[in-house]
Amino acid sequence: MSLARRLLQFVVTVLIASAAIFWLMRILPGNAAQVALGTSATPEAVAALEERYGHDEPLLVQYFSWIGGLLRGDFGESYVLGTNISPIIADRVQVTLVLVLASMLVAVLIAVPLGSLAAVAHRRPLGALIAGASQLGVAVPGFLAAILLVLVFSLTLGWFPANGWTAPADDPLDFLRRLVLPVFALGLVQAAILTRYVRSAVLDILNEDFLRTARAKGLTRGQALVRHGLRNAAVPVTTVAGVQLATVLIGAVVIEQVFVLPGLGSELVSAVANRDLLMVQGIVMVLVVLVLLINVIVDVLYTVLDPRIGRAA
Amino acid sequence: MGGRKLTAVLAAVVLLLSGCQAGATAPEGIVVAHTAAPVNLDFTATSGAAIPQALMENVYESLVRIDDDGEIQPALAASWELSEDRRTYTFRLRPGVTFSNGEPLTAESVKFSYDRIAESWTNALGAQMAAVESTEAVDDLTVRITLATPSNRWLFTLASFVGAVFTPGGVDDLANTAVGTGPYTIDDYDRGRSLTFQARDDYWGANEPALAPRSERVTFRYYRDAVAATNALRFGDVDVIANLQAPEVAGEFERDSRFQVIEGTTTGEVLLSMNNAEGVFADRRAREAVMYGIDEAAVLETAWAGYGTLIGAMVPPTDPYFEDLSGQYPFDPERARELVGEAGIEGETLAFTVPNLPYALAIADIVVAQLADIGLDARIETQEFPAVWLDRTFTQRQFDLSVINHVEPRDILTVFSADYYVGYDDSRIAPIAAEADAGTEEEYVAGMQEVARIIADDAAADPLFLFPNLVVAAADIEGIRTNAPTDSYPIAPLARRG
Repeated sequence: MSLARRLLQFVVTVLIASAAIFWLMRILPGNAAQVALGTSATPEAVAALEERYGHDEPLLVQYFSWIGGLLRGDFGESYVLGTNISPIIADRVQVTLVLVLASMLVAVLIAVPLGSLAAVAHRRPLGALIAGASQLGVAVPGFLAAILLVLVFSLTLGWFPANGWTAPADDPLDFLRRLVLPVFALGLVQAAILTRYVRSAVLDILNEDFLRTARAKGLTRGQALVRHGLRNAAVPVTTVAGVQLATVLIGAVVIEQVFVLPGLGSELVSAVANRDLLMVQGIVMVLVVLVLLINVIVDVLYTVLDPRIGRAA
Repeated sequence: MGGRKLTAVLAAVVLLLSGCQAGATAPEGIVVAHTAAPVNLDFTATSGAAIPQALMENVYESLVRIDDDGEIQPALAASWELSEDRRTYTFRLRPGVTFSNGEPLTAESVKFSYDRIAESWTNALGAQMAAVESTEAVDDLTVRITLATPSNRWLFTLASFVGAVFTPGGVDDLANTAVGTGPYTIDDYDRGRSLTFQARDDYWGANEPALAPRSERVTFRYYRDAVAATNALRFGDVDVIANLQAPEVAGEFERDSRFQVIEGTTTGEVLLSMNNAEGVFADRRAREAVMYGIDEAAVLETAWAGYGTLIGAMVPPTDPYFEDLSGQYPFDPERARELVGEAGIEGETLAFTVPNLPYALAIADIVVAQLADIGLDARIETQEFPAVWLDRTFTQRQFDLSVINHVEPRDILTVFSADYYVGYDDSRIAPIAAEADAGTEEEYVAGMQEVARIIADDAAADPLFLFPNLVVAAADIEGIRTNAPTDSYPIAPLARRG
């Protein structure tokens, strides 16, 4: 696919997503003014606040002024806080990205060696054990993993805090301690999924002619696999990992709740509760763009890993 | 091979990370877990109990305050006199009081603050001060407040956040900074997550045992999820859970000597409200049927593990006009079924709107079962709280039954006024309430008791129980108050033993 076409696709998807989230937020019952003023509000006070938020303008005008702001990198002003949204999102997205990237790293670090081992040993008990364990791991939802991890490693063993967040600048050690359980809660399930893909990808490659040739040249099975096999196995595995990265990003929204982390997810939940529409829209757009970016990066990675893909297109 | 080295490195990392637990809470002082986080620090513009809960009596103070027994006590005013016609209060301010920005407290600060309510408050609760006709600074330390009509209720209201005294130099950025006369200042505000208080060394009440701050630092940390809060308490990240929203685990903490559990009262009445104005419950017999058909004791036991108090009226025991009316409608399903028959509503479908809050969801199921037993078919519709519930049930009044904890102090007249969502016809109680408010204190108590009895008599709504103040804390924390008779959470008495 050409770069221009990909760019066009990107823009169209972002536009569709922006329209969808904008209209979806408008049909939700309840509104920010009502929530901000609470049970003592008079209808006049609610109307006055609505006007201040700009809700009395036609919806199309609201939509295009929001989109226009986004293009200039201006997410608008939060109804609830009365301050600009951009710095808040910039602050929260860091927490989410740390969580997501660390989780994927853990998943890859676990899955690649385990999956390869399971493939190489697929006729032995060890291979069956890994395959079985990964099958089990796939079935565990992230929040359940979170609860179990907290129960064992925090409440019973007392190794790691049950929840909370410390900024790395404040206390790097405490930052790491508090990151461990959420990262594993997110990463372990993905590791299980990825292990299965790595295993089957490596299994395919073990039967390929080029690997037999490599062995005929005198390499051991392990050497042949590492030198010639893994790169070939990387294409399907990267695809899956890319899809997983998007899944982890969305899964982080839930995990942030369980572990009381100040990321995009927890901000999103309170923004929805307060009907802080521009904040919700801003966060969702950031998530959408991140997911799309991940897809683009995965596509680019293909051509790096396997130059034939780039040429064929 | 590399595997063993890797294991060793991992083990070392785990040891390192899990090593230093004790130091974690030190810079924050005593950590108190609350449920709802303040949206900002400005209660003059934003509603919600979380802001006054954090700031009143800790950062801001009023002329008077309410003590743990619900009695009015002097605060910034050392004393006051009420005129013969009960309309004019003359407050004498304490000398030598300063705001945290160094400005002195004078009568002008009080006048500035109370004049400002009508001018710039957008929080509709500011209307509680509408009774004030004028505020005058007689001299530096004397304030004269004249009411349009005499009001017993007003002095109590003054103790809440509408009575907060500001200084002109401290109101520029109320959403993010708070400048008051109280024992603490806000040292760190991490929106949505935490609020750290630092004790002032120039607090006027430093020598008053009931008011002096006992801990240098106190932190409020906010946990939307009750389980997350209890986990943090068990691990030692939190010292006190201000009001446990998962009463089913309170028993575990009671049996564990590392913790203490304290149960007191709040001002929150959990009300099974009925739409008096429209539909099935416009008929008084239908409402009475519900009152007889609901076994409040069983509801309390099932929904909130028995923590809470049966009250029978919208009046908590810390209010001066409290009277236990829980015996008025004994659990009598037989009588309830008769009333259902008389009203001709057997098998009627009822819209039961339930906010998605732990206590409400827990209550809904057993209420539905009990109503089914007397021949009523209540259909639960779960509504997101606050947004959807406020819109559908509260504003548009599309409901037959609902359940909600009315947390505001002394709110019986608000809830049973004609323009509130319950839709109660207040023509009988309004004149009595007005007379009581204008009368002597004895007349006030007697009049308000009559109001509560009339409301119960009309079967206007079923007060299921008084929400408990259920505190779980580490065993070494003292100074935790038992009852929560106001909307504030004073932190000055909190201290770590030893």
